[in-house]
Amino acid sequence: MSTIVIDNKSYEVKQGKNLLEACLGLGIDLPYFCWHPALGSVGACRQCAVKVYKDEHDTHGKLMMSCMENIKDGLRVSVADKAAQAFRSQVIEWLMTNHPHDCPVCDEGGSCHLQDMTVMTGHDYRRYHFKKRTYNNQYLGPFIHHEMNRCIQCYRCVRYYHDYAGGKDLNVFAAHNHVYFGREQDGVLQSPFSGNLAEICPTGVFTDKTLREHYTRKWDLTTAPSVCQHCSLGCNTIAGERYGQLRCITNRFNSQVNGYFLCDRGRFGYEFVNSENRITQPLIRNQAVEAVDETTLMGHMRKLMTDHTLIGIGSPRASIESNVALMQLVGKENFYQGVSDNVRFIEKRIVEVLQTGVVKTASLQDIQQADAILILGEDIWNTAPVMALAVRQSVLKTAAHHALKHNTGIPTWHDAAVQELVQEEKGFLANCTITASPIDEISSCIAHNAPDDLARLGFAVAHQLNGSLPRVLVDEDTLAEVIDIAVFLQQAKRPVIISGTSCYNEALIRAAYDIAVACKTPDKEVRLAYVMPECNSMGLAMMQAPSFETAVLRATREKNITAIILENDLYRNAPAMVADLFFNSVQHCIVLDSLNNLTTQQADILMPAATFAEGDGTLVNYEGRAQRFFRVFMPGQATIQESWKWLLKLQALRTGVLNEGELHPEDVLKQAEQLLPQFAGISASAPHHDFRINGQALPREPHRYSGRTAMLSNLAVSEPKPKQDNDSPFTFTMEGYSGMPPSPLIPFFWSPGWNSIQAVNKYQQEPGGSLKNEQAGIHLFKYNPHAVPVYFKDIPEAFMIRNDRWLLFPQYHVLGSEELSAYSKGVRELSPETYVAMSASDMARHGLTNEHVVTIKVFEQNWDLPVKADSSLPNGLVLIPAGLHGMAVPNWNAYVIIMKGNR
Amino acid sequence: MERPLTQYIHPGCPPFDIREYEMTGGYSALRKALSSMTPKEVQDLVKDSGLKGRGGAGFSTGIKWSVVPMGEDAPRLKYLIANADEMEPGTFKDRLLLEGNPHQLIEGMILAAFAIQAEESFIFLRWAYKKAAQLLRKSIHEAYKAGFLGKNILDSGFSLEMHLHTGVGRYMCGEETALLNALEGKRATPRAKPPYPQISGLYGKPTIVNNVETLCNIPHIVNNGVEWFKGLSNSEDSGTKLYGVSGKVNNPGCWELPMGVTIRELIEEHAGGMKNGYQLKGVLPGGASTDFLTAEHLDIKMDFASVQKAGSRLGTGTMVVMDDATCPVGFVHNLQHFFAQESCGWCTPCREGLPWVEKMLLSLEQGSGTAADMELLEMHTHMLGPGNTFCALAPGAMEPLQSALKYFKDDFEKHISLHKCPYE
Amino acid sequence: MITQNINKKVSKQEDTKQHQPAQYLTDIERQFIDHEIELVPHKSAAVIEALKIVQHHRGWISDDSVSAIAAYLQMSPAEVDSVATFYNLIFRKPVGRHVILVCDSISCYVMKYGDIYKALQERLHVKFGETTSDQCFTLLPNACLGCCDHAPALMIDNDLYKDITVDMLDRILKQYT
Ligand SMILES: Cc1cc2nc3c(=O)[nH]c(=O)nc-3n(C[C@H](O)[C@H](O)[C@H](O)COP(=O)(O)O)c2cc1C
Ligand code: SF4
Ligand code: FES
Repeated sequence: MSTIVIDNKSYEVKQGKNLLEACLGLGIDLPYFCWHPALGSVGACRQCAVKVYKDEHDTHGKLMMSCMENIKDGLRVSVADKAAQAFRSQVIEWLMTNHPHDCPVCDEGGSCHLQDMTVMTGHDYRRYHFKKRTYNNQYLGPFIHHEMNRCIQCYRCVRYYHDYAGGKDLNVFAAHNHVYFGREQDGVLQSPFSGNLAEICPTGVFTDKTLREHYTRKWDLTTAPSVCQHCSLGCNTIAGERYGQLRCITNRFNSQVNGYFLCDRGRFGYEFVNSENRITQPLIRNQAVEAVDETTLMGHMRKLMTDHTLIGIGSPRASIESNVALMQLVGKENFYQGVSDNVRFIEKRIVEVLQTGVVKTASLQDIQQADAILILGEDIWNTAPVMALAVRQSVLKTAAHHALKHNTGIPTWHDAAVQELVQEEKGFLANCTITASPIDEISSCIAHNAPDDLARLGFAVAHQLNGSLPRVLVDEDTLAEVIDIAVFLQQAKRPVIISGTSCYNEALIRAAYDIAVACKTPDKEVRLAYVMPECNSMGLAMMQAPSFETAVLRATREKNITAIILENDLYRNAPAMVADLFFNSVQHCIVLDSLNNLTTQQADILMPAATFAEGDGTLVNYEGRAQRFFRVFMPGQATIQESWKWLLKLQALRTGVLNEGELHPEDVLKQAEQLLPQFAGISASAPHHDFRINGQALPREPHRYSGRTAMLSNLAVSEPKPKQDNDSPFTFTMEGYSGMPPSPLIPFFWSPGWNSIQAVNKYQQEPGGSLKNEQAGIHLFKYNPHAVPVYFKDIPEAFMIRNDRWLLFPQYHVLGSEELSAYSKGVRELSPETYVAMSASDMARHGLTNEHVVTIKVFEQNWDLPVKADSSLPNGLVLIPAGLHGMAVPNWNAYVIIMKGNR
Repeated sequence: MERPLTQYIHPGCPPFDIREYEMTGGYSALRKALSSMTPKEVQDLVKDSGLKGRGGAGFSTGIKWSVVPMGEDAPRLKYLIANADEMEPGTFKDRLLLEGNPHQLIEGMILAAFAIQAEESFIFLRWAYKKAAQLLRKSIHEAYKAGFLGKNILDSGFSLEMHLHTGVGRYMCGEETALLNALEGKRATPRAKPPYPQISGLYGKPTIVNNVETLCNIPHIVNNGVEWFKGLSNSEDSGTKLYGVSGKVNNPGCWELPMGVTIRELIEEHAGGMKNGYQLKGVLPGGASTDFLTAEHLDIKMDFASVQKAGSRLGTGTMVVMDDATCPVGFVHNLQHFFAQESCGWCTPCREGLPWVEKMLLSLEQGSGTAADMELLEMHTHMLGPGNTFCALAPGAMEPLQSALKYFKDDFEKHISLHKCPYE
Repeated sequence: MITQNINKKVSKQEDTKQHQPAQYLTDIERQFIDHEIELVPHKSAAVIEALKIVQHHRGWISDDSVSAIAAYLQMSPAEVDSVATFYNLIFRKPVGRHVILVCDSISCYVMKYGDIYKALQERLHVKFGETTSDQCFTLLPNACLGCCDHAPALMIDNDLYKDITVDMLDRILKQYT
């Protein structure tokens, strides 16, 4: 700690920070543009000027940029100094000389950092009376709108997009007051992290184009804290609604999970909520009138619930509440995971491994802080995008850390100086995957191999780290790599091992675990992460139910089965043949879901499920972190309800016991804890529904919310009674406690004078640090330092290329492979066309060129697909894009035959 | 009067090749230093000589060198760079040295590199100096062949590579940190200091950037010693200086003279006085980014301290004379146009402030300026002052403006009251 | 967007191919670039040199040249163009066979470069930033040529002309075809 004096008052502040961070941390408002907690300082915008004095006798002082000033004991500064104030307001006037002053029609208006800073500095009237410079805007794709005239040249966009996220196609062009931020030419932004530009840009240059389609001012949004539904990372989001439509997703900062940034799938995938394909009414098929109301539905259900054997098919994308409610309804022994056998097997292994408590799981924050990373068989760029972003930060930070060790004079926040020092150096990252990935570029060690060979490589690393583990025979090149990896993991203080399910290979899971355990020593923090397929895959896997195939088998053997399928398109989780067999075998089929799909088409009874935006629930992410999402708005139709609510109602029908009073999410979670001890603590993942501050509930709307009395006046002049939410501490209005809620309950970031997302600063203990009273969910895997590790010792055989047979694997795509996000127009637009990828030499050997279409045969299934060469893919493997809409799932990790088709 | 830097430069004649250079004592300083001095001794010698940087800022060269990490633990590589970008309008002195005696620069660079134990060196030459480029290329080649460059120079164990890099235009490239970015193949925006280039410079390694003229002094200091060097000057600052005069004088040019000659001597004796029919109205003593001095300052000595005391800067020592037929508003507008164009676009005040200033001056010059513009110009001269901007470009730009507003206020006001330029 | 003079910038166009075939650069160009790569610690540090080399051979830097250089140095076109558009003398638009650079800085201003510029405009029928219809000359203003003692000055390609008077122009221009 250092003592510094700001405007004659002494403060104790942390060392290693800059003065701007310190001031903001102390609650002193200082305007800034080019600095950002995630990006560090460069001192370009000159907005954060303060007076710095040599000593107490110095009355003159010197203007200094606070973001470039290191905190040192005895530092004397003035923020209030007249000259400093005048300069700060002058900087705004300069920035405004060319700014179009188009706030009324600017998307950023009302949540604009530039507006806030303008007001903060006191600049009001403009004295510049010459022509303004104007720019052309660019077409940047379906997600980001470009309006260059609003640019204030803070360089944050390039620093984020290029330096931080590694995007290559956005940059700064030209010089002096013609500098231009954009692409070299019009075109779709290539980085899957492009959406963050909308938040990183302090004004309206880069804005959310999907929001423009149904634009709403930030202050007119009803918002709630949410959790991303589109992969297993569980990034925290804020979802915003108006007029019953979900309008946008923005980042919800927390220091442990996603920090400041989301991926484009998470940010722009939300539009499935507004999809025309939504199920809004209960349906009973094969009746004169199929759409029914709740009473009719329940009447119809009564018999089904009691007369039949019920089995439940759970879902990796439904909440814990819903899955548990289903399990309770049908009974533990009748509950099945709605995932295929091989996925269940791998996931079960992951849960077992993590439940041993031998190694801690790695949060995204841990990954950022790691000093050596091994990725074994997971294409995280596509299956867990924000994790790839975290990995990139580790690689950059480790290199910086290394360079600064020899150059102690440079503070870590000094971004430009650090980059100049580091140059092209990289921290250690070994990326071992089936084929090339964009993160290969930052990897010091790359292997592209069949999954079994990757697992062997992993076991070889484990052996290298612990000689008592079995030796693996690998070729010389691989051995060199193995040694390299082992050495770096051994030297690291905070190594992280990452693997996952996407290769459908269980040996990888074991190998990753063995490595993690083998490099554990008392003086280091080893962490392990397994990427899972969907947002609640971990939660579902922890329920340890049998696979979907087991359910199918049972259905074919038993008569009189009524299946309840929870939010799960089984045609995406199993080959069509298997799913068909299931539907043909069960007697009745009840499906709860939010969108129509192949499975809902099979339903005898269809129940409209609320999406994350209309309901509450808890998801368990890849690390075993249980996090709550809250409904943003009440669905338009009362017939849309959370699955768990429907299921509780069915249970009441079945048992005949009517709940005295309603059950709230935490009640269902408490039941989960009783039913499944592995969920102990999960009911505390967020404050309970009756949580109040000073007796007040928490508003979902900011107090600037407008049009409340007018919004619906075209329908009725009297203002409707606000909707009630009995399940959470939130109101649907602007009334309630206006201060800072506990972190899981932050519906929006706002603070007086801070209307933009930069208000996050005010919620943090220190800029960029954790939130005040941060509680980013509940960890369900308990670390046990005394646990005795048991190694896995069976090592798979090396992959053998078969004659005219290829082993089939999925190629994931950030945009396109995930079910729900693909309902968003932009995501659909940027999804790949179907293809089958083969190694170039396999193609040549079989006389195939990029113009050929081939037929892929697995069992009885056939796919006609254009071939495409993948120069990184090992021979003997083929890849098909995973999860594309309308494409039936093949049997992954199975041998396929390929028949040459026409050109 | 000794003219160590230019004694062998005869405009119109080709420069010495390496043989001629050596015959006139060339590379003897290098032999001396490599055989009998330690790097530290060379550093100290230069420090004691009082040599101040000739690139504009006038910082002690020896002190600058002394910050470079030395010894076994020092990072490798280290770099020495000759700043031959010379793009300050009104400046043409380095050109004389580059075209007139390239080996002198090369020897100076080798000595400087030895003093800081740099293993790589660059000459950052402005693109327009085509002839200099050709000569330097040839001379570097000769120096390699003679064993003054390359591995194990003169068996001393010291090695140095030297490369010529020609720029692609931008005044900013002359700013030493922007120059480093340009050499790294990046946009020539400046870097924050600290860290200073001596600590983290080219490719993040310790680097010294010195002006051409600065470096050309080194061999002579090594050969002749501190006292001799101090004796060259007739002021506080040691050595000789290359002074230049341009504008409507009878004999514009560049001369090596004892540090501290007066402006009057320069203009009247060396530059042959004002052209017939023209009176001196003002001078920029050291290039485009120095404050005006006027006829009343003619007896000021052209050394760092004296010019500073008179309210300007010695800068590059090459002066631009403004005559009485030239409109000061147009003159300053021309300067501000240059600076606005050459702003790199990195920091706000410079990027946005200079074009504003330029526009106001243009409207004044065209007769549509107002008293409010005068206030705003004044305001800019304060707000774009040193420390407020990221580098010294904008503060430099404000120097001629602020002094023009002071000395030629009448002219500005006439533009406003007459609604036109009175010089037309 | 707007830029000064000749630094071309973006307008709405369709994406051209990002990956140029390696053959786009000639053997000679590649040889020179390879030499520059050897002198720097990582390829991208040679980008300015590569731009100079290609411009030397082709007169200007087209979008295709940007892509080709990018591919050769393992950079993105945007990274290359970011550098290319920063510098005055990398031409991102086609120029004539000869480029006339008229010094418009202070000493030449005092010595009335304006008269020279006016005379050039009359003779060539182009303004600053334009190319004559026969593609012979592109006329550009230029910051100080370091020739202030012989102002006004101008440069055509590699040739420097000092102490220019209007009368000299015809004789000078005649040498270029
Ligand atoms: C905008 C700007 C342009 C500059 N241009 C040059 C230049 O062309 N040549 C030069 O030697 N120094 C130039 N300098 C000064 C250099 O930054 C640096 O101080 C000098 O090269 C150091 O050399 P010295 O210590 O030998 O004087 C410039 C400075 C600024 C701020
Ligand atoms: S586009 Fe936005 S982020 Fe980029 S410099 Fe301009 S204002 Fe800053
Ligand atoms: S925030 Fe400090 S200079 Fe931009």
